[in-house]
Amino acid sequence: MSVATQDTAIRTGRIARTFIYLVLILFALFYLLPLYVMLINSLKPLSEITGGGMMALPDVWTIEPWLKAWSSAQVGVEPTGLRPYFWNSISMVVPAVAISTILGALNGYVLTKWRFKGDTLLFGFMLFACFIPFQIVLIPMARTLGILGLAGTTPGLVLVHLVYGIGFSTLYFRNYYQVFPTELVRAAQIDGAGFFQIFWRILLPSSGPIAVVCIIWQFTNIWNDFLFGASFSNASSQPMTVALNNLVQSSTGVKEYNVHFAGAILAALPTLLVYIVAGRYFVRGLMAGSVKG
Amino acid sequence: MGFLDIDNATKSYGTVEVLHKVDISVEEGEFLVLVGPSGCGKSTLLNMIAGLEEISSGEIRIKDAVMNGVHPSNRNIAMVFQSYALYPNMTVGQNITFGLEMHGVPKAERDKAMADVAKLLQIEQLLDRKPGQLSGGQRQRVAMGRALVRNPDVFLFDEPLSNLDAKLRVDMRTEIKKLHQNLGTTIVYVTHDQIEAMTLSTRIAVMNGGYVQQLGTPKEIYDTPANLFVATFMGSPSMNLISVKVRVDGNAVYADTHNDKGDKISLSFFEPSANLKGYDGQTITLGVRPEALTDVEGADQRSTHVEHVPNTVTVTEPAGSDTFVATTIGGSECVGRMRSDADVAAGRETTFAINMEKAVAFDPKTEARIV
Repeated sequence: MSVATQDTAIRTGRIARTFIYLVLILFALFYLLPLYVMLINSLKPLSEITGGGMMALPDVWTIEPWLKAWSSAQVGVEPTGLRPYFWNSISMVVPAVAISTILGALNGYVLTKWRFKGDTLLFGFMLFACFIPFQIVLIPMARTLGILGLAGTTPGLVLVHLVYGIGFSTLYFRNYYQVFPTELVRAAQIDGAGFFQIFWRILLPSSGPIAVVCIIWQFTNIWNDFLFGASFSNASSQPMTVALNNLVQSSTGVKEYNVHFAGAILAALPTLLVYIVAGRYFVRGLMAGSVKG
Repeated sequence: MGFLDIDNATKSYGTVEVLHKVDISVEEGEFLVLVGPSGCGKSTLLNMIAGLEEISSGEIRIKDAVMNGVHPSNRNIAMVFQSYALYPNMTVGQNITFGLEMHGVPKAERDKAMADVAKLLQIEQLLDRKPGQLSGGQRQRVAMGRALVRNPDVFLFDEPLSNLDAKLRVDMRTEIKKLHQNLGTTIVYVTHDQIEAMTLSTRIAVMNGGYVQQLGTPKEIYDTPANLFVATFMGSPSMNLISVKVRVDGNAVYADTHNDKGDKISLSFFEPSANLKGYDGQTITLGVRPEALTDVEGADQRSTHVEHVPNTVTVTEPAGSDTFVATTIGGSECVGRMRSDADVAAGRETTFAINMEKAVAFDPKTEARIV
């Protein structure tokens, strides 16, 4: 018997492929360069940075800048480090993400399985919310928060992000539930399940992939937001991003670049973590519904 | 008063009426099949019985209780869907008992009911699996189990066999029929497959364009279709329709036409009605089922009205159990069903035997059967 031939399209052009991989590796390295710079400079004493040699590995490895950025660096007028602001961010992001995801799921459920007159129009309006630039709503939002008595508080920021997030979460869940078989809802109705029972027992357990997509998206956006955080918070409710800015801008004495680098990485760490933990589901969720079966 | 009464039920979407005054009364233990082509309103009617769609006017009653506006779960009905609609996140056991749980039945009772149904349908070994791990036939059983466990007054089936492959479909069909015979439940069953309708039902409602065209036993529907639509929709291959001229000669009435050589053929009607005599000299449509157009040896020996027509065979289609033979009578393509061993070949002349006892006549204008 003849051996299966190997000269298929996959094997052609060994030189071309080597070249392609080289280029790709080069691009990857270039892309990773900023992270490299931040990481190594956050691990060396300030004197090594000011002495030049941004790219060099540290002579003396130290985690001092990290500790300082976390707990004792000058942020604005207080020498508190980023720690309190980290908790500010957490207590803003967690409720905002949770509530907007749940409301988005509910909206998607109603818009696909409990259709009513004008539902498409309503969905269109909610979709519109995804495209409104942040700057436009700054002043009306400030006024609204003032009237509600939420100006400068964490609940106020939660509300702002919630309002902005619902458009996207509704879009995700609505499109996901669009292809969810309506016969299942009808079967559950005949079985005697009510509006919320169908939601909790039938739809939500099957919504894993899209929930992950929604959570990643909301978490990243809200955590990284600077504009709303800077506009609608005060000293006690400032999120991490604003604090990082204040840390870098605080001009008491020398600029501690190593501390700034460490602070920036600290600020980015949670989103990085979310991607690493849930990234697989993110891609899977984005693909969900595109292939039958 | 029947067990399930559909009384002048109408369904409209805005100004568009999709279901026109449907009137059907179903007795306890009956197996009613709603059959018709896509978009005829049969599924809409089923959903109205289930309470998944509102009734625009008219009334639906189960056991004499008016069901208009009653929530689906309070109608004591159960439904089997085309896609089975099994909850993907629950096990088979949870799927079966979900309805009972929602109705607040205690756990011990639920488990007992589940065990009984699982035994009946032979799915005991599947109870801990998820629907995704089941084959099509197994899913079908689970869907039926979910309906059975609630012991409903009326079972509703919405094209339950459409998603199965041909072989399994025939097996499940037999099983549904067995189940009906053993349990004596009242069933309303929607299908577009006329063979399913014929084999399963005790009565059939043939629907088209939002109207019930005919309601009757399978035999009535098959032998005496109310109009051309029912005649051609039911039966496979479908009924042969031949244009003939009516000629009255004393008590006898003849259908005059010609064979493919142009020779005149006179077919004598069996027990012609007075109405038919009124069509003297006019052209009507004669309906002949394929099995009533056969070879001489295969013709019904008990029939007193078998007409012999020599004609040329155009195509033969041996199907194993029968041979289907195409020919042209009166200018229309006709298909005859002959014995598998009938001595026929394409291009050769043979003698066809037409059983006029089974022939029906239609008015070509109104398309209604002349009775």
